Amino acid sequence: MIRPNLAATLVAAVATLATFAAPTARADDAAAGGERTALLIRNATVHTGVAGAAPSPGTDVLVQGGRIAAIGKGLAAPAGARVVDAKGRPVTPGVFGGLTRIGLEEIGLDSANGDHSQRLGQMRPEFDVTQAWNPDAQSLVVHRMNGVTFTVLTPGSAAGGSIVAGQGAPASLVGREALAPRAMFIDLGGDANDLSGGSRAAQFMLLRQALVEARAPNLVMVHDERLLSPSGRQVLLEFLKGGGIFVFDVDRAVDIRRAVEFAQQEKMRVVIRGGAEAWRVAPELAAARIPVIIDPLENLPSSFDAVGATMYNAARLHAAGVTVVISMRSPDIDDAGKTRQAAGNAVAHGLPWAAAFAAITRIPAEIFGVGDRFGTLAPGRVADLVLWSGDPLEVSSVAELVVADGQVQSGVSRHTLLRDRYLERVRRGEAR
Amino acid sequence: MNRRHPATNGTATAWGICLALLLTACTPTTTAQRPAKPDARPATGSGDGTATAKAAPFPSTYRAPESAPVLISGATVLTGTGERLDGADVLLREGKIAAVGRGLAAAPGTVVVDGRGKWVTPGVIDIHSHLGVYPSPGVDAHSDGNEATAPNTANVWAEHSVWPQDPGFEAALEGGVTTLHVLPGSANLFGGRSVTLKNVPAVTYQAMKFPDAPQGLKMACGENPKRVYGNRRTLPSTRMGNVASWRQSWSEAVEYQRDWTQFEARRASGAKDVRAPKRDLRMETLAAVLRGEVLVQNHCYRADEMAIVLDMAKEFGYKVSTFHHATEAYKIADLLAEQGVCAAVWADWWGFKMESYDAIPENMVIVDAAKGGCAIVHSDSDEGIQRLNQEAAKGIAAAARAGISIKPEHAVRWITQNPARALGIADRTGTLEVGKAADVVVWNGDPFSVYALAEKVFVDGATRFDRSARRMLPESDFMLGQPAAPGVSP
Repeated sequence: MIRPNLAATLVAAVATLATFAAPTARADDAAAGGERTALLIRNATVHTGVAGAAPSPGTDVLVQGGRIAAIGKGLAAPAGARVVDAKGRPVTPGVFGGLTRIGLEEIGLDSANGDHSQRLGQMRPEFDVTQAWNPDAQSLVVHRMNGVTFTVLTPGSAAGGSIVAGQGAPASLVGREALAPRAMFIDLGGDANDLSGGSRAAQFMLLRQALVEARAPNLVMVHDERLLSPSGRQVLLEFLKGGGIFVFDVDRAVDIRRAVEFAQQEKMRVVIRGGAEAWRVAPELAAARIPVIIDPLENLPSSFDAVGATMYNAARLHAAGVTVVISMRSPDIDDAGKTRQAAGNAVAHGLPWAAAFAAITRIPAEIFGVGDRFGTLAPGRVADLVLWSGDPLEVSSVAELVVADGQVQSGVSRHTLLRDRYLERVRRGEAR
Repeated sequence: MNRRHPATNGTATAWGICLALLLTACTPTTTAQRPAKPDARPATGSGDGTATAKAAPFPSTYRAPESAPVLISGATVLTGTGERLDGADVLLREGKIAAVGRGLAAAPGTVVVDGRGKWVTPGVIDIHSHLGVYPSPGVDAHSDGNEATAPNTANVWAEHSVWPQDPGFEAALEGGVTTLHVLPGSANLFGGRSVTLKNVPAVTYQAMKFPDAPQGLKMACGENPKRVYGNRRTLPSTRMGNVASWRQSWSEAVEYQRDWTQFEARRASGAKDVRAPKRDLRMETLAAVLRGEVLVQNHCYRADEMAIVLDMAKEFGYKVSTFHHATEAYKIADLLAEQGVCAAVWADWWGFKMESYDAIPENMVIVDAAKGGCAIVHSDSDEGIQRLNQEAAKGIAAAARAGISIKPEHAVRWITQNPARALGIADRTGTLEVGKAADVVVWNGDPFSVYALAEKVFVDGATRFDRSARRMLPESDFMLGQPAAPGVSP
């Protein structure tokens, strides 16, 4: 999954792996109670997540050697296998936590504990936020025990930074995933005006200049007023050659339309993120085959870029043939747990259940290039699945069994330990 | 908006960031410990222009419109008192709950709502909202929630910042919210007075103001005040600075109250040449707390800080109604229960600052589990307020995972009866008891399902939301004539 044509990044990614892969694996085995023995889940309603596949009741899933060995009816349990009776409850692929800062900050509001945004005062597309990733962050543990198994690490564009936030990448919440930057995050619209000299008109101007520099790296300028460093030009050029997708954060209908036109002129692979008014340009998005990542709970005119915000955004986009992904607008670590709820609310407002479910499983996995690891269940895949107490889009449902990166996860986090400590004290009447 | 409205200079980002959390509120009390009658207010008096001297200024002009009687029949009714009635009827008449039971008769002229398959609850109450004071759109000119210019701004009243045209009000109504408590933010140790509103469309806030509901005093513990003022190199920059500053103000308030009491006594005795003390609006608010007329709504996350505040309240003789946010309330659930202090919490907000690092989804459940515990689910968010029922459902789910079974008829109290109690309005709303206000929600199913939607919302017996007639319902002035207006159906 590492792009072979990006030498510098490749080296960085390998270095990153070497740094944390081994210790993480050991820590996880101990802390998460990871097991590699065979697991047979019997009598589940299996949602493979494969496009067009109906849920399959009365079905078994066999996990062996960390991989899905079989999905079918009446599977035999291998010797020594752990057998779980699902009693008809749903088994699904692990859920997408959205575009987040999971592992990029331990807590908010503390500069030493947040690494998601650069404030170098320059446009630095070579900024790769995955280099800050901490797979031991508590948020990985908390979310994966709740059935969230993957996210997209997302850089932010902060004051003192640039409308080009930099590179992010999909990541496994088990923390062993090789990280390959494949998405370039770009912030457009009124909330980025302070990063573009006070006008959104300057945003496309700056982007166009950056692309010119990337495409003509040897361009001689009398007073070298280039926006980009040599490595920035190289990274951007690789993206333009097909090395990755651009994620445009943009909400106002006309800005989305301009972003689409810009992307087409520049031959960029683009995803729209935010898209509060995306439903108003749904036909153009559908025709251009540009997916939209939305927060379906955004229904207030939070700014003059989002006067058209509505609970029906998801349903209208879907009806128009636009591919919809669900992510919370906020990248805060706690919000990664809300994608299921957001999907459920989109269903209550007209989005078909299957589309809502795909929007938090298969579709984000495919768009961000990890469709072979996340979002669907198939024999041969590294096991990534969840047994739920009920409908996975219900707020009342909880993850009862999580298998991520081939291992059964423990269901224990700092949160459950705190719960057990104080619940016991209250029960004994000796709190404090 | 929610917790992300900037306290000070926030960072510009796509999602509109935040120091914000910072600035939120806190709340209430129980009936038992409520220091005053709900309608006890700074009223009546001597014409000196003091709080104790005149009818309370800015009186409510809210009047419930006339409405025909409504009989909701054959529904699953959660009364808000802990009861569940299946196949039951609820009769609304003259703005009140007239009857709850099976087989109620409908007099001529009664509008009958077929409740079969529906669920009925009391109107939802959010004890922690910044609607109106941080309205949509969140432009700079609308940042009216925090008078972050001094650590003690007990003189400001959130109601004077409320913009009744905030489209968030009607969105909250669609989520079943009939009453909400709007607070100043949490930049300051004493943020100012908070206000309880009826969630009805209005041109003035006075026409939303809940008649005779006590005001609150927003106080804030912890990180926010010390960050905001510490960054300015002024007191407080530490938690001990927070406490010292509070105690200084309370000491002054005790003196202020004493001066006024002496003045009133001397004047009552007919003494000549009695001069009224100079009014101080900050002290006036604090003194009203000491007299039990204004309820303390205290933003406070950590267990140890809540315990400090409770000791401080004892020192100066006031009550804390509710700790808001209270992410560590579960660590002192018995202390809170023993002192009759409610905890208003989120389901799953955590890690957005150090003092929320230990937030767990079972918080509300553990607070609730202590004998006499008072758990409230609050929003502090223009999104969260639209689905407090779902936030409570997360608590039910977390409880189930911890082996605790919580029934819907119990959990509904977290968003109805308990916040009513904590706001001093439980004698008027929050439950479906005969004689209470007909603040009622008809849901299209179990309200603790993610798919549930409010179909009808009544405030004082008047229909304020009807999903089947949405195009005819009022919308905020702001949304009129907007080319991008989204419409009301898929």
